[in-house]
Amino acid sequence: MEPFQTFEGLVCPIDRINVDTDQIIPKQFLKRVERHGFGQFLFYNWRFDSEGRENPDFILNQPKYANASILVARNNFGCGSSREHAPWALQDYGFKVIIAPSYADIFYNNCQKNGILTISLDADKVDRLISASQQKSLHLTISLERQTIIGNGIHDHFDIDPYRKEMLIKGMDDIAVTMGYEEEITAYEQKHAIKS
Amino acid sequence: MKPRTIADKLWENHVVHREEGKPDLLYIDLHLVHEVTSPQAFEGLRMNHRSVRRPDCTFATVDHDVPTTMNRETKDPVSKIQIRTLEKNCKDFGVELADIYSPMQGIVHVIGPQLGLTQPGKTVVCGDSHTSTHGAFGALAFGIGTSEVEHVLATQTIWQKRPKTMQIKVNGKLGFGVGAKDLILALIAKFGIAVGTGHIVEYTGEAIRNMSMEERMTVCNMSIEAGARAGLISPDQTTVDYLKGRRFVPKGEAFEKAAKAWLALATDEGAEYDRTIEIDADEIEPQVTWGTNPSMGASIGDVVPDPESFDSEEKRQAIERAETYMDLKPGTPIRDIPIDVVFIGSCTNSRFSDLKQAAQVVRGHHVHKGVRALIVPGSQQIKKQAEEEGVDKVFIDAGFEWRQPGCSMCLAMNDDVVPDGKRCASTSNRNFEGRQGAGSRTHLVSPAMAAAAAICGHFADVREIVKVH
Repeated sequence: MEPFQTFEGLVCPIDRINVDTDQIIPKQFLKRVERHGFGQFLFYNWRFDSEGRENPDFILNQPKYANASILVARNNFGCGSSREHAPWALQDYGFKVIIAPSYADIFYNNCQKNGILTISLDADKVDRLISASQQKSLHLTISLERQTIIGNGIHDHFDIDPYRKEMLIKGMDDIAVTMGYEEEITAYEQKHAIKS
Repeated sequence: MKPRTIADKLWENHVVHREEGKPDLLYIDLHLVHEVTSPQAFEGLRMNHRSVRRPDCTFATVDHDVPTTMNRETKDPVSKIQIRTLEKNCKDFGVELADIYSPMQGIVHVIGPQLGLTQPGKTVVCGDSHTSTHGAFGALAFGIGTSEVEHVLATQTIWQKRPKTMQIKVNGKLGFGVGAKDLILALIAKFGIAVGTGHIVEYTGEAIRNMSMEERMTVCNMSIEAGARAGLISPDQTTVDYLKGRRFVPKGEAFEKAAKAWLALATDEGAEYDRTIEIDADEIEPQVTWGTNPSMGASIGDVVPDPESFDSEEKRQAIERAETYMDLKPGTPIRDIPIDVVFIGSCTNSRFSDLKQAAQVVRGHHVHKGVRALIVPGSQQIKKQAEEEGVDKVFIDAGFEWRQPGCSMCLAMNDDVVPDGKRCASTSNRNFEGRQGAGSRTHLVSPAMAAAAAICGHFADVREIVKVH
């Protein structure tokens, strides 16, 4: 996993509550056996009409949000299906940071495993980011080290679990870390006589 | 010793490593695998020259993509590759696979309990959010992403931050014609789709105790639709009786010993939860969802709500958007909503008792003109039992399509798709936009209510169709 450095990018707001992972990537695109190439299917049913033409009203299709890399969303973002294809699609499209008041548990974990920073911020602060980014191009600088969001007069601090922070900054491979506890895992199996 | 909840006991029993400031490393007893969320995980193992640590604690089947037609021919080349990939991965890594021709094949959350792989006290994971189903047995069961699937395959463990505990107490008794599905839909309608976020939910109370294991599975299955990390029910004699004699369950004296240990897992008298919410079963009526998330539901006698009646701008916008997508006007009686398709199946409601309940409604009637109705049993075993008892015939005679097991129209990854703009009465778990096909409109209901809708061509109160108690 790539280490998370200080990041600067353009904000795109998704002004809806409860965006589920079926919207982030519809099921017809879950058949591929690769980890890459899902960006083209991101928000597919919102981005394109039934004939595959771009829907000009959907925010990601508006020229001013081209190249956005910070997604600001509302409550309970990423609810529903556990499909990791959702963070894969967001990442492949170019999103590196998501800011929302709250997330669904599985989606939140899946982002972490892929080095996407999910920031939980108070609803009123998210409100401000959404209106600011709707009015004009909003570029933000996110420092994970300092836990700050800075840009266009915005200066917010965010909280993050220290362990999550460390994993992201170091870009640590979970499995390699766990392999370090091999002895404890074996001891557990012996003690509990784990049988199939 | 301080009284403990079952969630506390299960958690503590599985901690492999604990360290201040870190999540706990938990041991996983059962890892269920299917074709959609595993290929990238196996590929990761290959790239890093890793093996599956405990193939004996891992069990795979095909369900999401598979065709449900009788000849089982996969037409889509991409699905075919995905199914072949799972076959190859299971062979290469030594994992047991119930493939499409196996008598054990079925929806992963149906076969786990049916085969007795799911047992009280176990930790169960699967790359699927409806893994919460297995919590009905008093197992700590939750859905994970593909990176975590890879992690569990390689290490048989998972890092987890300990969730809080929530008790959902269901008082009283469910009325005639009102089932487990109505209860969980009513609960989500009342408390919302994020009420359980960050929590392990335990369902308690008289109505839960009175439920069969299959009904308990329906409730726990939709815990994720309330946002919960996991849903649980303390094991009791109903649990033990269900498991006795199942394929992977210990036999003889070993069973008696296991059963005793299972019953001891139940939440202790006086144990405390971080939060408790309550609902009265007696007040629940048959439910129908009208919107685009599972909390947007109403009782059969209600009308489609007016967005203006909601208390925040955020909600009003969401309701308005949902009603536009669903093509419903505020004030429309739920029973006047016509339907085009009926789907009885999915990990929520495809078990034998679900089919029997639907058959009871259908018997002597015919599917309404212009309605397409599908029955997709949850597993080969259920299909066989239904055919032996003639339940299939009730459906076929009434004009239903009788299918092979799989996830089918719940998420429409195979050819079972609801066409654009069509309306489906579905016993599945999600009514999200496009879930059953781009532009499809899903109404979540119980098997009995789906059967009633199939006969009438619109939603109807099943209590008025089946009057015999």
